[in-house]
Amino acid sequence: MSTNPLETKQTYQDYVDKKSPNSPIWKNCFNAFWVGGLICTIGQVILNICKERGFDTQTSSTIVSILLIGFSAFLTGLNLFNKIGKFAGSGSLIPITGFANSIVSPAMEYKSEGYVMGVGGKMFTVAGPVLVFGISASILVGIVYLIFNTQSMTLV
Amino acid sequence: MDIDWTNVFDWMILLKCFVTGGVICIIGQILIDKTKLTPAKILVIFVTAGAILGGLGIYQYLVDFAGAGATVPLTGFGYNLAKGAIEGVQQSGLVGAFTGGVKAASGGIAAAVFFGYLASLISKPKMKKQ
Repeated sequence: MSTNPLETKQTYQDYVDKKSPNSPIWKNCFNAFWVGGLICTIGQVILNICKERGFDTQTSSTIVSILLIGFSAFLTGLNLFNKIGKFAGSGSLIPITGFANSIVSPAMEYKSEGYVMGVGGKMFTVAGPVLVFGISASILVGIVYLIFNTQSMTLV
Repeated sequence: MDIDWTNVFDWMILLKCFVTGGVICIIGQILIDKTKLTPAKILVIFVTAGAILGGLGIYQYLVDFAGAGATVPLTGFGYNLAKGAIEGVQQSGLVGAFTGGVKAASGGIAAAVFFGYLASLISKPKMKKQ
């Protein structure tokens, strides 16, 4: 079987599934784990430094977000982030760095279409849905909270 | 600059943060490998899940436990939006549901827009044929 030519897509798929059962997903998960954990730990160190300097928790985590987003945006611009992403998979996608990457990547690709509609418009091909669903969900959460906590029923 | 570096590098906090952040990323990796979801949809799922878990008050436990390990992943972005919306409702009623979420996440959104555009401008044009 292994040396015969594989005629159809299905037999090929079966062959691939048989030959590569679990090893890639374990490796991918391991890389995602430590890269993602490392990014979060860098965030925690920045957070601790901000707290030590007297910022409150909310401001500190905003500073962490801004720094991580800024840093990964420029790494993407320099084509370095894609290399990390290929290696780490969701390890760099799921942290807020992936959000910044998802803005810069399409913007870079459509640079030839101009700086307003190309860069400015395509920035949100991935980040747009994220914001739409995130903000909509938060508004629904707020409304549900308002309904179920009648003490604070101050509709006007 | 009188920073107590032993507080900054508190190993227990950093370890909890590392493990929690890593596990959240593993969930994402399993979704990528085992389903046909595109990365964009996974980001949307994570933000929405974070907002719902934040609204239910479940995510707060994770944030108390892991700090940045829970807030840096995109679920934390959703949690932040939901928490802001709830705080907004507490302060100003229905209007707060609309203003609170974005207000809480405004720093991240504005930074993403600004640095995203800036980084795209300075980036090397990949499409150019050489």
